[in-house]
Amino acid sequence: MKIKRSGSYYIYQVFNTVVLTIVALTCIFPILHVLAMSLSSSNAAMAGRVTFVPVEFSLSAYEYLMKKKDFFHSVGIAGGRVVLGTALNMILIVLTAYPLSRSPIHFRGRTWYMVYFAITMFLGGGLIPTYMIIKNLHLLNSFWVLILPCAMNIWNVIIMMNFIRGLPRAVEEAAFVDGANHWQTLFQVILPMSKPSLASLLLFSMIGHWNAWFDGMFYMNNPNNYPMATYLATQIINNNQTMTNMTPEQLALLSSLSEKTVRSAQLFISIIPILVVYPFLQKFFVKGITVGSVKE
Amino acid sequence: MAQQKTEVKVKKKKKSLYRTRELHVMLIPAVLFTTIFAYLPIFGLVMAFQDFKPLMGFRESPFVGLKQFQYIFTMPSFRTAFVNTMIISFFKIILSILVPLILSLMLNEVTKSWFKRSVQTIVFIPYFFSWAILAGMILEIFAYDGIINNTMMHLFGMEPTAFLVSNKYFRTIIIGSDVWKGMGYNTVLLLAAITNVDPTLYEAAQVDGAGRWKQVLHVTLPSILPMVAVLTVLGLGNILNAGFEQILIMYNPTVERTVDILDTLVYRLGMTSHQYSAAAAMGLFKSVISLIFVGTSYLILYKKSDYRVF
Repeated sequence: MKIKRSGSYYIYQVFNTVVLTIVALTCIFPILHVLAMSLSSSNAAMAGRVTFVPVEFSLSAYEYLMKKKDFFHSVGIAGGRVVLGTALNMILIVLTAYPLSRSPIHFRGRTWYMVYFAITMFLGGGLIPTYMIIKNLHLLNSFWVLILPCAMNIWNVIIMMNFIRGLPRAVEEAAFVDGANHWQTLFQVILPMSKPSLASLLLFSMIGHWNAWFDGMFYMNNPNNYPMATYLATQIINNNQTMTNMTPEQLALLSSLSEKTVRSAQLFISIIPILVVYPFLQKFFVKGITVGSVKE
Repeated sequence: MAQQKTEVKVKKKKKSLYRTRELHVMLIPAVLFTTIFAYLPIFGLVMAFQDFKPLMGFRESPFVGLKQFQYIFTMPSFRTAFVNTMIISFFKIILSILVPLILSLMLNEVTKSWFKRSVQTIVFIPYFFSWAILAGMILEIFAYDGIINNTMMHLFGMEPTAFLVSNKYFRTIIIGSDVWKGMGYNTVLLLAAITNVDPTLYEAAQVDGAGRWKQVLHVTLPSILPMVAVLTVLGLGNILNAGFEQILIMYNPTVERTVDILDTLVYRLGMTSHQYSAAAAMGLFKSVISLIFVGTSYLILYKKSDYRVF
């Protein structure tokens, strides 16, 4: 398509580029700022001289973190949670999405199962009753409380179900004609064809587990059991609580007392895994967000 | 002929019954998890009608009827939280559609594809960060001795502002940072809708003498309007969810007056004041109103558009 170009069009193009660049920079600068802070000397950080490049380069924040056992302990819990939690999520997604993708003509119970699961998308017990149930199940303070309650995610199941529905029917029918049962069809025919969808759900699930902090704080009484995200979150929350009812001068004093560089180093370490998988996420996210989009 | 057909049908039915046994088996884990972690808490809502004591449990705690609801409706903090929830949510819904809409229209005008792709990639980054990380960054940036105050001081000689304990600014920070975190998602969604617009429509508009701006106004916008409508209605359905995790991690007692929402109030009532039944009652109240909103929004979409989830 040929575009009619005028003087005002070029001015608009420049304006457009500048605004979009600024918007993009607002998403990068916070990360750069945190990185620069973590690599600066604590004097420079406290004096507020650090912007987006390290001032008085120093690795002391990271050296200090290396010795901080509780931080790495929380990273370990987060890692365990990512591995086991994601595995369980994926097993449930696959086992649930396949039967639900059958048409009600072939699988009579399908509608009832779907209704049973879908109700939970709109109704929930809420915070306090859920807490009491978890307590009655003796899951408080257990590692499993980070994994079991969020094992079944109906939204992800629906994404997978819609993907399977979009696969060519002829291939599965051929499998049935060859005498395959549903297990064989699922694992030898459907799953190999669903790799893109499985990969994106895997990444979303991993990021979800790595990022989740509220359940850790809510269900764990002992800070030793906190996963990394909860560890960071409770630090922030405790800071907020002490911050109130102080004069601005006291506030300034408080924030310089707490180690800015160490907090920044923790933040940066915690975003590294996300930045590592981000290029892959990028590739898949458009597929991942097709749930509930407008269909032809 | 007819006989043959029924025979085939019977055979098919037998085969299907045998075959579906495996499908039922596959669904056992999902049904178990849903029952325990989603349905049990729903039944746990009986505590909203009790004077729940953890030691007595659900069975032995005495029933008190609607007393808890009467109690929460007279709480002054309930009214504040309700109003705050609506205000914060309203601005979040509107801005989280408006900002991506403008961004996607601007991105669509970009001719260099590497620039378009880079911006799209970068604005999506904050979406994948948890509030535990973003709150740390945002609170650091807006702190009394943070980078914003420092820059303002160096460049314009301005006095630092205590943004984080200010009832004037903090609500804006909450709304702004949430819109910022989520903008990449809707931008990509809307941009996909824009690129799907039939190019012949643009050609026709050009023949009729429409310039770039007129084309955006009369071709692009009407074409993506259904998508914008879907996003708005879905957002309005969630109007009572103003962002629990974000506010819980970012707020402090000084700004409670302007950013306390229903969810954070429920959390404090239950976990700090240990008024479990009152907290459950407030949660139930919120879910019922929410359900009405969500139900209505889905009904509207079902009637008026092609949007389907299942």
